[in-house]
Amino acid sequence: MRKIISLVLLAILLTGIIFCLGKIPFGNTQSKVRRYYVNNGIKDTGATNIVTSVVLNYRGLDTLGEVTILFIAAIGLSAVLHWEEKRQKKQGRRSSLILYTGCRFLFPLIMLFGAYIFIHGHLTPGGGFQGGAIIASGFLLTMLGCWKWQGVNKIAFKVTESIAGIIFVVVGLLGLLYSGYFLANYLPKGLPNQLFSAGIIPIIYVAIGFKVGTELSGVLDNLIEEP
Amino acid sequence: MIYYTAAIGLIIIGLYIVLTKRNLIKVIIGLDLFETGIFILLVCAGYIKGGTAPIFSKAKVNPSMMVDPVPQALVLTAIVIGVATLALALSLAIRLYHHYGTLDLRKIKELKW
Repeated sequence: MRKIISLVLLAILLTGIIFCLGKIPFGNTQSKVRRYYVNNGIKDTGATNIVTSVVLNYRGLDTLGEVTILFIAAIGLSAVLHWEEKRQKKQGRRSSLILYTGCRFLFPLIMLFGAYIFIHGHLTPGGGFQGGAIIASGFLLTMLGCWKWQGVNKIAFKVTESIAGIIFVVVGLLGLLYSGYFLANYLPKGLPNQLFSAGIIPIIYVAIGFKVGTELSGVLDNLIEEP
Repeated sequence: MIYYTAAIGLIIIGLYIVLTKRNLIKVIIGLDLFETGIFILLVCAGYIKGGTAPIFSKAKVNPSMMVDPVPQALVLTAIVIGVATLALALSLAIRLYHHYGTLDLRKIKELKW
């Protein structure tokens, strides 16, 4: 019975969506905002990756809010999961030598790749969020594969996360001081396609990379620790 | 057009799972599918036929052929928020399982459905 009601509801929804989307021409967007960003993005911000310049320069305040949401969700998760008393850690089976060696070999490479992704966020595809997710996947690998792993150092993670968040806000406030509005790009823009270009964008993206990496690793750590 | 079909299909499948399944983990998976469908829909809205990524690399690229960067930035934001809310939902599911000993929504007394 419930399935029939749900199917009827979904059919109504589907016809509504199709009628709405049928009016929108597919494949040739004529948005004025897009034209402005694509034509003036490099001149305004110095970043060759236009998505990065939208995320961090034109709409940097949104990104600050997004980072805040991630932070609050991580805090909520640890608050929800720490409610009950911790049982003692389960004694898992020791992983084999091949797995352990593979983890130890891959972990620094994954860290390096993540750092590459977020340092080059203003030049190539990628950025702080993507690099942070890659770094968290490296930590997940060690949590699953290394039997000597004793859990991450929580205090160091919290400190890194807080410092990265503070850097984001302080860079934005310095923009208020120098240029008159929050998150203004007050540093020299440099030449496009160079590593040291685009003003404050690389600084903020590195901070976001650290913040997202430590936050997601902390989330994974909380979820894994729970027996 | 096939992109829209995929996006709407994912949205409908996700909503169907949310409406009919009784296992809490399956409901969360349904929410995630729903979310993914919305991401594809948003990215599709900025598509240009034969367009390139909005990145100026060394090669000569034509700015008028670049896809819309605004939905991509929006979806970048939305994916991160989706991960955060997914983790929060899973932690709540873990707590419910510890409290009730089951993930079946019919047996969890305060939830009637």
